[in-house]
Amino acid sequence: MSTHAPKGVGHLRGDEPFPAAAKVALANPQLRRNLQHATTTIRGKSGRVIAELPDWQELRSAGSALKAYTMANLPRLLEQLEEKVTAAGGVVHWAADATEANRIVTDLVRRTGEQRVIKVKSMATQEIGLNEALEEAGITPVETDLAELIVQLGHDKPSHILVPAIHRNRSEIREIFLREMPGVDPDLTDNPPDLAGAARRYLRETFLSTRVAVSGANFGVAETGTLAVVESEGNGRMCLTLPDTLITVMGIEKVVPAWADLEVFLQLLPRASTGERMNPYTSMWTGVTPGDGPQNFHLVLLDNGRTAVLADEVGRQALHCIRCSACLNVCPVYERTGGHAYGSVYPGPIGAVLSPQLTGVEDNSSLPYASSLCGACFDACPVKIDIPSILVHLRNQAPHPRSEKAAMAAAAYAMDRPRVYERAQKAARIAKLLGKRGRGLPPPLNGWAASRDLPEPPAETFRDWWRGR
Amino acid sequence: MRIALFATCLADTMFPAAAKATVQLLERLGHEVVFPEAQTCCGQMHINTGYQKEAVPLVRRYVRTFESCDVVVAPSGSCVGSIRHQHATVARQAGEPGLAARAEAVASRTYELSELLLDVLKIEDVGAYYPHRVTYHPTCHSLRVLRVGDRPLRLLRQVRGLDLVELPAAEQCCGFGGTFSVKNADTSTAMLADKMRHVLDTGADVCTAGDVSCLMHIGGGLSRLRTGVRTVHLAEILASTEAPA
Ligand code: SF4
Repeated sequence: MSTHAPKGVGHLRGDEPFPAAAKVALANPQLRRNLQHATTTIRGKSGRVIAELPDWQELRSAGSALKAYTMANLPRLLEQLEEKVTAAGGVVHWAADATEANRIVTDLVRRTGEQRVIKVKSMATQEIGLNEALEEAGITPVETDLAELIVQLGHDKPSHILVPAIHRNRSEIREIFLREMPGVDPDLTDNPPDLAGAARRYLRETFLSTRVAVSGANFGVAETGTLAVVESEGNGRMCLTLPDTLITVMGIEKVVPAWADLEVFLQLLPRASTGERMNPYTSMWTGVTPGDGPQNFHLVLLDNGRTAVLADEVGRQALHCIRCSACLNVCPVYERTGGHAYGSVYPGPIGAVLSPQLTGVEDNSSLPYASSLCGACFDACPVKIDIPSILVHLRNQAPHPRSEKAAMAAAAYAMDRPRVYERAQKAARIAKLLGKRGRGLPPPLNGWAASRDLPEPPAETFRDWWRGR
Repeated sequence: MRIALFATCLADTMFPAAAKATVQLLERLGHEVVFPEAQTCCGQMHINTGYQKEAVPLVRRYVRTFESCDVVVAPSGSCVGSIRHQHATVARQAGEPGLAARAEAVASRTYELSELLLDVLKIEDVGAYYPHRVTYHPTCHSLRVLRVGDRPLRLLRQVRGLDLVELPAAEQCCGFGGTFSVKNADTSTAMLADKMRHVLDTGADVCTAGDVSCLMHIGGGLSRLRTGVRTVHLAEILASTEAPA
């Protein structure tokens, strides 16, 4: 039996429905400026480097086909990955859900006797709330990705997959550093190189004095047992090479069949995500190499609702995601609300289709509606996930408000009976006249009338005109 | 050519001018237009709001109403998008493969207005006259579902007297999105605000598009702000021939 991600652990469920959370974000003009600036910049950069590749569309199709193949063969590929990682000296653990994964990682860290771990930026560990679980066990996790560090120091939540602190500008970051960073220079300016320098000094010490690292993985190659992390800063590389023990938490959908498949994904990912031709750091490791890098390697394979997603013929495409965040950067809704409104660590269009499937749609029922279905995400997605179709599919599974259900049933009834439909057309005209162009309408139509006039009702319908000519 | 008009429920009820203009334009170009009266709605609102089951009879109605027609035109990129990309799926998922096949066949003969003019009737200059400064908003479903590309712009460029001004950030959604505009009214309004700013920046007195739904949204905002900028469906511009006063 496949089950959904459990409640009470991890970060897949928000405290309030999307429209309410969005309202708060929309009322913050600074946030909107930060977001608009950041997403516009990334969009431009990414668009330029994608335009350089004449075979971009073919690459997208190849990525999509590889992912579809992987999902169709997931059990076999995961077993192959386990076998190869084990043969190379790693230890593989299977975690059915967030609770189990947190317990496995916490136990592994405890066994090392260490009280602190350094972390490579990872969506999977954010998803399961690993930092909270570690802290509860008296272990201090230190985020080493600059943006993730800003979020952690600011006691904040990430708001973007790739740029978790996209909602912060440099003066806000300076304030957070001054307030929270141990040993920070009190004269720190908000000049980006100075901010990066402060983070570097702080992190260097941490890298050199911490013996356990926790990471996620962008890819796990079944054929060879190789894990891969791509990043821009090199801080991930530090975590993956310096400590004695490395624990990697990887969603089961991140497996790829063969080494050669990375050729496709390593071209797609950097161009779609950061707008780089190649990401500055691609770290790959296969089990343990004596005398080089971590001498203990653990791979935790995480389900946490993924098998349930896989069972849905339309929805399973969401598992193809390579977390590039291109869909966030082009989304007109995300650009205005930011990531926090989505309540989950997965924001934007992919979050709107992934979170409700991982938790069960009842728990995130407003998310499939957090889209105007404009389709920009589908066009941007490097592995061609048809996000609008999944959104519509999930809306169909979501619980509907009773009044809406009645209205929709009545509309469908009338529209399948031209006579009733014609009467309704006339009634609609009268209602609009009475409603004085929409002001004073009942909910949810008052939401429309708050900012938009309703059209002046026409003197006659088209069909009246047609009959009369 | 004999062309069947699918007026769409919204144009039929609230924006008859767009449907009338479609008729007048096609007749002026020498074609016969028919209006099968059994038509109502394509079902898109139901499908996109999560009421796919309720939409099945509407899909069936559309198929039955238009399957005897050689060519169908609708003045809406969004409705044609639904007909072409959703109807068959809705029928198939309702366990009606026969209806799905028929839906696919009708959909392949259903065109959005600019597609009909350029791809079927092969005409770019429809002989229109419209002495106004106009900006064009390429609605999302025309752009990304139907991929009409620059067809509407090619038609507009041929209109005499028309001063076509490019809309900045044109490809960004106006924030309508059907029931999105009421379910997420605040976000929708924020999107609309940016769209209106771009429209006003062009200095155009008319904003046009191929969908009355998006125009209702943009126009509703422009009217609330008393900007004086009007929204006019593409068909109305193309049907227009009056000489200047
Ligand atoms: S859904 Fe596609 S565009 Fe969005 S993050 Fe995933 S891979 Fe990137």
